[in-house]
Amino acid sequence: MSENAAYDIVQAARSQSKIDSYTLINGVFSDFHELHGDRLHGDDSALIGGVGRLNGRPVTILATNKGRDMAEGQATHFGCVSPDGYRKAIRLMKQSTKFNRPIVALINTPGAYPGVEAEYGGQGEAIARSIQTGLGQPVPYLSLIFGEAGSGGALALATGDEVWILEKSTYSVVSPEGYASILWRDGKLADQAAAKMKLTPSELLAAGFVDRVLPEVTTPETLSALTTQLDLKITALAKLPVAELMAARRQRYRQF
Amino acid sequence: MPAKFNGLDKSTLAKWMDKIPSDLYVTCPYCKQSVYHQKLGPFQECPHCGYGFRLGAAARLKIVTDKFEAFDAELAVDPALVDDQYAEKLTKAKQHSGLPESVVTGMATIDSLQVAIGVMDSNFMMGSLGSATGEKLTRLFEEATRRRLPVVLYTASGGARMQEGLHSLMQMAKVTQAVTAHGEAGLCYLVVLTDPTTGGVTASFAMEADITLAEPHALIGFTGRRVIESTLHIKPPADFQRAETLLANGFVDDIVARSAQKATIVSLLKLSQGGA
Ligand SMILES: [Zn+2]
Repeated sequence: MSENAAYDIVQAARSQSKIDSYTLINGVFSDFHELHGDRLHGDDSALIGGVGRLNGRPVTILATNKGRDMAEGQATHFGCVSPDGYRKAIRLMKQSTKFNRPIVALINTPGAYPGVEAEYGGQGEAIARSIQTGLGQPVPYLSLIFGEAGSGGALALATGDEVWILEKSTYSVVSPEGYASILWRDGKLADQAAAKMKLTPSELLAAGFVDRVLPEVTTPETLSALTTQLDLKITALAKLPVAELMAARRQRYRQF
Repeated sequence: MPAKFNGLDKSTLAKWMDKIPSDLYVTCPYCKQSVYHQKLGPFQECPHCGYGFRLGAAARLKIVTDKFEAFDAELAVDPALVDDQYAEKLTKAKQHSGLPESVVTGMATIDSLQVAIGVMDSNFMMGSLGSATGEKLTRLFEEATRRRLPVVLYTASGGARMQEGLHSLMQMAKVTQAVTAHGEAGLCYLVVLTDPTTGGVTASFAMEADITLAEPHALIGFTGRRVIESTLHIKPPADFQRAETLLANGFVDDIVARSAQKATIVSLLKLSQGGA
C-alpha cells in the first residue's frame, strides 16, 4: 500500500464528514432509547448507551461519540471515553444478557481519554472489565468500526463475535502519530507510519482482525443496507446454541 | 532448597546475576536518596522509603519461589511479525535480559504450596506485551485451569508492543479470556503489580485478578505521564500513578513489601481455595 493511500484512509476516518454517532444509531435502529450513567459515579457522553430495535429485534446499543459540534466535542473529549463511559457499557452489556438482547457496538474513537481524572477513576481497570465483560456475555455481539479505532480504548468495545469495519476506517494499537513518535522519535512521519502499520480495512481483513469490510454509510439507502447486513448476522448468531456461540468467540480471540 | 531453573544453563544464570547492580551507591528512583548498595539487602528494597528496585525475572523467582520449573521457555515471536528494526530490538532485549521474551512462566512451589506463576521482566523491551508474551500467559492460565492451581502473576510492563501492532492488542483479549475461564473454575488469581505496570497490561490482565497487590511506590497506570502532558498541556501531580494513590482510589487490595510477599501470598491463596 502506498503511503498516501493508507494515510488518506486515516484522514478520511477522522474527517468531519464522517457520519456522527446519533445519526448512525437513529438510521440503523428504531425505537432507540438512550440509557445514561454507570450507577457508580457519573455519565460519560463519550459513550452512548441504550436500547432499540434492529429490524424489530430488541438490541443493546453501545457507541463511542465524538460529538456533532465543538461544544459536544469538548464534552465528549472528541470521542475519548473515560472510566464512567466504559462502566456504563459494562452495565448495559450485563443487562443485555438478562433480557437476551444482542449487543451492537459502534466504534469511532482515537482511544481512551488520557486524563488525570481518568487515571484516578481506574481507566485501565474499566477497559479491562469492559473487554472481559464483552467477551463473556452469552448473547450475539457485533462490533462495527465506523471511523478510527485506537488502542485499548477501542478494544474495550471490539470483542464481538465478529468485528466489522467501514471502508474508510482504521484500527490500530496506537495512532500513526504515536507510532512514529515512539518508534522513530518523529511524530511528523505519521504518513509513513500509516503505510507500515497495516491499519486499513483490506489489510485488517487479510490478517483476520476484522471479518467484513462494508461500504461507507452516508445516505438513507446505505444506512438501510447496513441495517440489513447487521440483522442477517445477528439473526444467524442468535440461532446458534449458546455453547457454540461462546466457543466460536473464544476461538476467534484465542487464535491471535 | 535451591531454585531450579529448567532449560536455563549456568551461563544464562550467571548473566542474570550480573544484572544486579554492582555500583557501591545507588540512587533510589522514588525518594532520590543515595543508598549504599549492600544496604538494599536480598529484597533490593530502599531502606529509606521501601521502594523495590526493579528486578529481573530470575532474581524475582529466587526471592518468591522455593522451586520453579519453566513452561514454554523457548517460545518466541513468530518471525513473520519481525522486520529488521524489530529484529534488532529483540536481539538487544535478549542480550540485556538473558530471556527470549518479556515473561517467564511455569510451575512453582511457594512454602510447599503449588502455584502456576508468571513473572514479567522489564529488562526485555520494557516488559512490553508481544504475541509470544500473551501466548505464554494464556497457556499459563490454561494449564493452571487444567491442573486446578492458583495463578500468581508479577506484572511489569510499558504496555502493548508497538512493533507488533494489532497482534499485540489482541493479546489483551486472548489473555483475558483465559483469566476468565480460570476464574470460572473457582480458582484464585493473585497479581502483584510492580514498577512499572502501564498501558495495555494495566487495561487487561493486571486489573482482572481476584486479589490485587502492589509493591510500594510502584508506578501503575494506563496512559503514560508524557502522553497526558503533551495531549492536555498540564502537569499531573507527582504521585498520580503510584501504588499508594491506586490504593486510596480503590484499585489495589494492599501494598506489600517484598520481604513480606511470600508469606502474604501463601496465606491469601490458602484463604481462597474453596472455589467450585
Ligand atoms: Zn527510596
